[in-house]
Amino acid sequence: MYTVADLKKGLKITLDGDPYLVVAFDFVKPGKGQALYRTKMRNMINGTLLDRTYRSGETFEPASLEERTMEYLYKEGTHYTFMDQATYEQVVMEEETLGDAKNFLLENLKVEVMLFGEKPIGVSLPNFVNLRVTETEQWAKGDTSGNDSKPATVETGYVLRVPPFIEEGELIVIDTRNGEYSTRVKG
Amino acid sequence: MNHDALWLRANIIRAIRSFFWDRGFLEVETPLLVPANAPEEYIDPVMAPPWQLQTSPEICMKRLLCRGHENLFQISRCWRSNERGVRHLSEFTMLEWYRADSDYRNLMADCRQLLQHVAAVCLTGSPVYRYKTRRIDPFAPWSTISVQEAFLRFANHSVWDCLQKGLYEEILTETIEPALADFPSPVMLVDYPAELAALSRLKPGQADLAERFELYVGGLELANGFSELNDPQEQRRRFVEANRLRLQEGRSALPLPERFLDELGYMPPSAGIALGIDRLVMLAVGTDSIDQVVAFTPEQL
Repeated sequence: MYTVADLKKGLKITLDGDPYLVVAFDFVKPGKGQALYRTKMRNMINGTLLDRTYRSGETFEPASLEERTMEYLYKEGTHYTFMDQATYEQVVMEEETLGDAKNFLLENLKVEVMLFGEKPIGVSLPNFVNLRVTETEQWAKGDTSGNDSKPATVETGYVLRVPPFIEEGELIVIDTRNGEYSTRVKG
Repeated sequence: MNHDALWLRANIIRAIRSFFWDRGFLEVETPLLVPANAPEEYIDPVMAPPWQLQTSPEICMKRLLCRGHENLFQISRCWRSNERGVRHLSEFTMLEWYRADSDYRNLMADCRQLLQHVAAVCLTGSPVYRYKTRRIDPFAPWSTISVQEAFLRFANHSVWDCLQKGLYEEILTETIEPALADFPSPVMLVDYPAELAALSRLKPGQADLAERFELYVGGLELANGFSELNDPQEQRRRFVEANRLRLQEGRSALPLPERFLDELGYMPPSAGIALGIDRLVMLAVGTDSIDQVVAFTPEQL
């Protein structure tokens, strides 16, 4: 159990049955007055932001979150299926819950699935993933238009900007934290 | 804390010392480890069994007033348990000064002169304080607003209603303090409801108000001053009441400073004030965070 003294940015607590992440925190105590603990929290399931002010004496339950290594298996409509490597148990996640992570999910990719009780609420990806370019325009040698990047589509369907020398069929490294091109996989 | 901020902090402390020395105040050092502080509803001392660290030097400084010392100041460390935030440290540096045969109006005049002196001596480039994009000029005319008027004007509520409904702290910090930030010079919030008197004297002929004021600079609370209560029976009653409220909220009752209560009847009509030096340095540096004005935060130890 947490008390108000534990409140800080990054703390994960359970509120009204949902897991919340404290994203901003301010300790306020006007002269001789009662201390107020002002927080802004994000619901880890639906992303809504909530402002709450607490007073000393209030307590919180930690959010019971668990991360398990799972392999991404396949997608059906907007449902993504993952399998626990240890138990072979499968979980299904909605595209909406995955957020931007869906752009980098290639079959057999190992990810950390965050579970709230039995419910999967998100995934953490490796910082870098390798994906093959399936579509991009040919770079015309001598192009003087000054463009130093061009759009490319990778095998997950994600579109990003890449340097002009990247060709269709090449494997590139993408930084999953910002979704940007990082480098080309040599060989 | 960067090199410049360390120098500015040292310079401000030197300027404060010379300000009070030049005015004939006696600089004192009273013990930091004490058997009892003034029990307050919402201040928890750091315990050092069987004693405790001071939450303020007020008890010992007032005992010096009782012994006939007239104008006193002290710069000392104070400790308050579980106070940590962007404007709070559990261990912080406090300036307190006391004047015999004075009331809170004398302290307001001191505040104005002190903030002007510190700005003139330490902020040589541009003698203004800064807080959250605001510039606060200590040389422009200062404002004085009563607590009642501030609640009516800025929040459209009676302060008495807010106290009764337990909304006082919320309204003060969410509405009043931001409104005080809009003033181009420091503001004195004066005449607190008697419920919030703490160790202050009630206003003669107006028993529902206390002669207490708080100094705000750019919306940041910097100092709290009183015309001091010197009636030992009334002071004991308030301490007992503070302990009763503490117990009601599940906090422990605190020991009473008995020797202080024994001697309080000998204190001349006096005025005393506490000013947070870390916050004054914040205003001089122009930072929002107290972390930027101390050599080490507790988290860095």
